[in-house]
Amino acid sequence: MSPANQHEEIAAQIVRMALERGATGAEATAAEGDEFEAGVRLGELETLKEAGSRAAGLRVLFGRCVGSAYSSDLTGEGLGRMVDSAVGLARISTEDPFAGLPDPSSLGSLPGDLRLYSDSVELLETAFKIDLARAAERAALNADPRIDNSEGGSFGSHSGWRAFANSRGFLGSYRTSSCSLSTVPVVTNGGARQRDYWHTSARALEGLESADYVGRMAAARVLRRIGARKAATQNVPVVFEPRAARSLVGHIFSATAGESIWQKASFLAGRLGETIAAPGVTIVDDATMPGLFGTSPFDDEGVPPRRTTVIDKGVLSSYLLNSYSARKLGLATTGNASRGVTGNAFTGHGNMYMMPGTTDPAAIVAGVKNGLLVTELLGSGVNIVNGDYSRGAAGLWIENGEIAWPVHEITIAGNLRRMFAQVEAVGSDLEFRGSLACPTLLIGEMTISGQ
Amino acid sequence: MAFSESFFPSRFGIATSDLDRWLAQALSRGGDYADLYFEYVETTSLSLDESIVKSATQGVSLGLGVRVISGERSGYAYCGDFSPEKIDKAARTAACIAAGPASLVRTSLDESPKLDLYPVPVPAAASTLAERVALILEADQAARAADSRVFQVSAGFSDSIKHILIATSDGGLVWDRQPMARLNVTVLARAADGRVESGYQGGGGRAGLDHFTSQGLARRYACEAVRQALVQLDAGEAPAGEMTVVLGPGWPGILLHEAVGHGLEADFNRKQVSAFSGRVGQQVASPLCTVVDDGAMAGRRGSLNVDDEGTPSRQNVLIENGILRGYLQDRLSSRLLGAGRTGNGRRESYQHMPLPRMTNTYLLPGQSDPSEIIGSVKSGLYCATFGGGQVDITSGNFVFSATESYLIEGGRLTRPVRGATLIGNGPDAMQRVTMVGNDLKLDEGVGICGKEGQSVPVGVGIPTVKLDGITVGGRA
Repeated sequence: MSPANQHEEIAAQIVRMALERGATGAEATAAEGDEFEAGVRLGELETLKEAGSRAAGLRVLFGRCVGSAYSSDLTGEGLGRMVDSAVGLARISTEDPFAGLPDPSSLGSLPGDLRLYSDSVELLETAFKIDLARAAERAALNADPRIDNSEGGSFGSHSGWRAFANSRGFLGSYRTSSCSLSTVPVVTNGGARQRDYWHTSARALEGLESADYVGRMAAARVLRRIGARKAATQNVPVVFEPRAARSLVGHIFSATAGESIWQKASFLAGRLGETIAAPGVTIVDDATMPGLFGTSPFDDEGVPPRRTTVIDKGVLSSYLLNSYSARKLGLATTGNASRGVTGNAFTGHGNMYMMPGTTDPAAIVAGVKNGLLVTELLGSGVNIVNGDYSRGAAGLWIENGEIAWPVHEITIAGNLRRMFAQVEAVGSDLEFRGSLACPTLLIGEMTISGQ
Repeated sequence: MAFSESFFPSRFGIATSDLDRWLAQALSRGGDYADLYFEYVETTSLSLDESIVKSATQGVSLGLGVRVISGERSGYAYCGDFSPEKIDKAARTAACIAAGPASLVRTSLDESPKLDLYPVPVPAAASTLAERVALILEADQAARAADSRVFQVSAGFSDSIKHILIATSDGGLVWDRQPMARLNVTVLARAADGRVESGYQGGGGRAGLDHFTSQGLARRYACEAVRQALVQLDAGEAPAGEMTVVLGPGWPGILLHEAVGHGLEADFNRKQVSAFSGRVGQQVASPLCTVVDDGAMAGRRGSLNVDDEGTPSRQNVLIENGILRGYLQDRLSSRLLGAGRTGNGRRESYQHMPLPRMTNTYLLPGQSDPSEIIGSVKSGLYCATFGGGQVDITSGNFVFSATESYLIEGGRLTRPVRGATLIGNGPDAMQRVTMVGNDLKLDEGVGICGKEGQSVPVGVGIPTVKLDGITVGGRA
């Protein structure tokens, strides 16, 4: 294949250089990106950032020995040094019987326009972008007199290229764009402060929620936190609203990612085909959905992505694999290779989500007699090896099916095994606000620790 | 060393006249201050799994950031190479933030003072790849030999050398070479009943490879990781609810980082959005607590000869006998608040604007013997090791997750319990400190602190400390 643009040219050139130095296989990524960010606070422009950068990385194979290198110096000399580094590392590396490139028959690219790039983002005037940030913050500040401060409003945008080539003949590239708008209002109430935020992002400007909506949503979220206090220590049903629930899908990703499986560092390792969740739980990974953040025409090893059902009505039906973990496990790659410009390809997710149920989210809350609606999670207390789960939380207490009062400074604890088995309701409100998504969820019982 | 012999002039031919020109361009549309930040980083990372080197990577990252400050506004632009055209363009882009006549008279560049905290004679980056591989192989073998229940070992070694050069419109000119090295060991152990648990130990600092080899750290970290995994195999459920918590010395100092440190970063306080805003001079912690942030410690992970704005590091007292003394400042906040600079302006890389950040944050030792502290607790929890933490600086609510803890019953450590998250509110939790040990220990050098999408290496430290009435997020 001949290079379609300068990015492909660089990636192909790196692969050629590696082969010239005696590598038996090579793969290279070349990436370029431009970023813009405007930050406004209390109506005044505070920060403006604008820049671009490039980098490239490669992995070489000498038989079953691997070395990798990256550089942001893309001059001929810089690329030469980078290839020499990778070759030097492969020489000292130990032989790994599973090292290799994907099978040639598995390489390829999704056809058609995946709507990952829109020039609407690049064509925006700086003044317009600053005004959007200002408008979002203003909408939050104007929503209620109790909102007396702000961490600001911000608008950001990115556009970039990514090209990939390997010595088995794959050469491809794609262009992406994104933009985002957010604001963080603050309220002070009796000496106590609370903040919350709302954030919208999309690949094209048309996909963003309006500045007014962003401001009003952020305001509504911070206002409902006023007067938050601890809850008593007890075991109760817990409802996760979508913004908090998506992290649970993220834990399923970590627990089904190839590395965790072959290392046996996951509570789901070796459980393929077993029932591991309630029948209402179906989790899918799909990097083929046009316009979304988890979509790409090929994965970071040149394999076309696909739709993989990870949990099918409660049954663990697939792991998520790159070619290395697939070879380790004697399975086929699922097109989930992911790497930055640097280092080896690990496993990544595409658009990973829980299939929506039929219950209205309001009806889920209405069905809880005494419990917690989680709106925010804090900290990293999740152990994928054994499934232990204990995180800081904030949210709203539910009494007799109604939101009663705001809660904070508590923890919620359980074990992911039991939590997924106890999913008693899945909301109808699936929405993609990033590459992980989950509707409102009700988990039968968790331990709240507070007073 | 003369400027002309330092890294950037000798490697890339950058002269003071170039720096002058770019600073002038940055201020061409007005502004109060401008700076240039040059960065060149070489990194090597090796990792071992199943006793095989599965990943070996070397990389180079270089670039320049230009910043212009005008009142409360900051303009920032960067470029990924040192070609004069790209730097010119970045300087002009950053200049766009400023409007109006330049308000300052620029002084000529003059070398600024800095410390010499990490004079690594042979930086890790100069040692051979084979020596590094030998280190992680030693860790792998030590862990496998330590106990037959160990079935999976991952060991990694990563080191880097970062060169920086900072030129400021008020005449500052400073450069530094910043080494960093880190060794990590993670193990999985399986009990006879099939239960699997993990253990982890890592560490490092601004040091060379001999920091690890001369102290036998590969073996020590491996054995410690195995010990932790085996303790977990025997652990029961952690309790839930408010109770007395004793933190062991060292890495549990993450309490200070989350409960106090972030809330004292000047940007949040300038904006009045921190739980500590407007509280300088007030009692915000128990009188037993004196908390310092100290970037000027030799060779530690959070140490800096100069911060990323060219300010020399020093020890800053944040809380003295429970009274809030001051905030962590960068240039922007110190100017807007009329406070002195503290050497806490840090950034992840040339692609980022500096922010007020912590360096090495610790609690000064107290009077109590650690055994006396544990002996004073009828019923509670002892936390020896933690994973990560997080704070909501506005409300002050923070969490941090224990990875090794024990019940305290009748003044003695009894059963190990599984990971639990501790939650508290910064100013409130620090008032609950009722005993401080005489055994201050700094962590092994593993801290990574995240803020506004930027990661920087930090250190923490704490003596054994007793807190009355902290919420423990277990299940029992």
